[in-house]
Amino acid sequence: MSSWDRFTDTFFNTKVMLKYLPDILSGVVVTIELALLIVVTGIAAGLALALLRSLGIRPLNWLIIFVVDLFRSLPPLVVIVLIYFGLPSVDLSPSGFVSTWLSLAFVLMAFSEEIFWAGITSVAKGQWEAARSTGLSFGQTLMSVVLPQALRLTIPPLTNRTIAITKGTALGTVVAVTEILGQASSAMSNSYNPSPLMMGAAAYIVLFFPVVVAARWVETKFAWKR
Amino acid sequence: MIQTFFNPEIIAASWPIVRAGLWNTVLLSLLVVPLGLGGGLILALLASAKNPAVRWPLMAWVDFFRAFPPLVLLILLFAGLPFAGLELGGFTCVAVAFFLNTGAYYGEILRAGIDSVPAGQIEAARSTGLSRLQTMAYVVLPQAVRNVLPDLLSNTLEVVKLTSLGSVVAVPELLYQARQAQSITYSPTPIVVAAAIYFLMLWPVVRLLSRLENRALAGR
Repeated sequence: MSSWDRFTDTFFNTKVMLKYLPDILSGVVVTIELALLIVVTGIAAGLALALLRSLGIRPLNWLIIFVVDLFRSLPPLVVIVLIYFGLPSVDLSPSGFVSTWLSLAFVLMAFSEEIFWAGITSVAKGQWEAARSTGLSFGQTLMSVVLPQALRLTIPPLTNRTIAITKGTALGTVVAVTEILGQASSAMSNSYNPSPLMMGAAAYIVLFFPVVVAARWVETKFAWKR
Repeated sequence: MIQTFFNPEIIAASWPIVRAGLWNTVLLSLLVVPLGLGGGLILALLASAKNPAVRWPLMAWVDFFRAFPPLVLLILLFAGLPFAGLELGGFTCVAVAFFLNTGAYYGEILRAGIDSVPAGQIEAARSTGLSRLQTMAYVVLPQAVRNVLPDLLSNTLEVVKLTSLGSVVAVPELLYQARQAQSITYSPTPIVVAAAIYFLMLWPVVRLLSRLENRALAGR
């Protein structure tokens, strides 16, 4: 056997790959479910917090800033471990899936709140005053004047951050979530062969590479002309 | 509640273990941040060549690592490479993975910085007799770095947080040590302590960043 054959036999073994393909695919489904849940809930919560913050209630704003800062400074893996291993001590036992979802949704919430808030504050104060003086209510001003401008500004940083955080679904492996990396690792230890891991790696590229390319396109499309 | 999550006796008992982890996290960060910055600088300098034959493959390289979860990269090095007869050990794997992953992010940021310096400045510098290298070092890079300082800082924060991945490949950093202490004491307190340490250590950076970001937006 030539060394090249030995290499492909080890890392791209067709027999092993075919055997574990269904496992990897089920991992892909779990990763997609987890990622979608995180993106939807995290961004919705972040936007909700930013809107709450725009009401200008002091004590509430301090609380929001604290929560946002907390989840911006904690490593996501620490949050996952804390929820998964910590909460059972108070008789709450979230599954690995739920722990990962909650943790990454909190992290995305924090980052997106910050981004939305920066977008809202970037709209000049005069626009608020002008809109209000034409008789628009606070809510109408926010919805029809401020947010459309603010959201445009937030799209490039938001897409970047969202990709970085949804990639974190791989961290779920640490708390036994059967997503791609989890499936690939257990298939690797069952088969004593790294081919499933290569498949898993390829699956991540197939899933996320188009998103990254799309994000690049969105970034240039929504970039502000200076 | 306090007995479970903030048990003073357990904090005292597990402190030596957690402290060792904190020290290793600091050392690890001091290693991987310059490593990633160096890798990023190389990428950015190569990409500034403006030659499409160089620029496109580099862009693909950067996008590859933006799409690839760092934990998968780490596991690939740690658990995959031994099958090729190469056993690197957890620490080296972390260093290599960070060099590749965070290097790509730093590279993208620095490239944007270099692009933000007007071409006229480069022409002016070259016409005064500065060499290409001198122009880059004395004219372009100082301004490039200044223009993207918030992004560099924000990425550095992410890199320090990312060192917690080392716990998966048995590098005895803060999270790993806290989990060791947790399994010895059967209490989540050490993990809460580790979280508190991360927060206290990184909160000032988060505050600073949020100021810089708001100022950048307000300046438009």
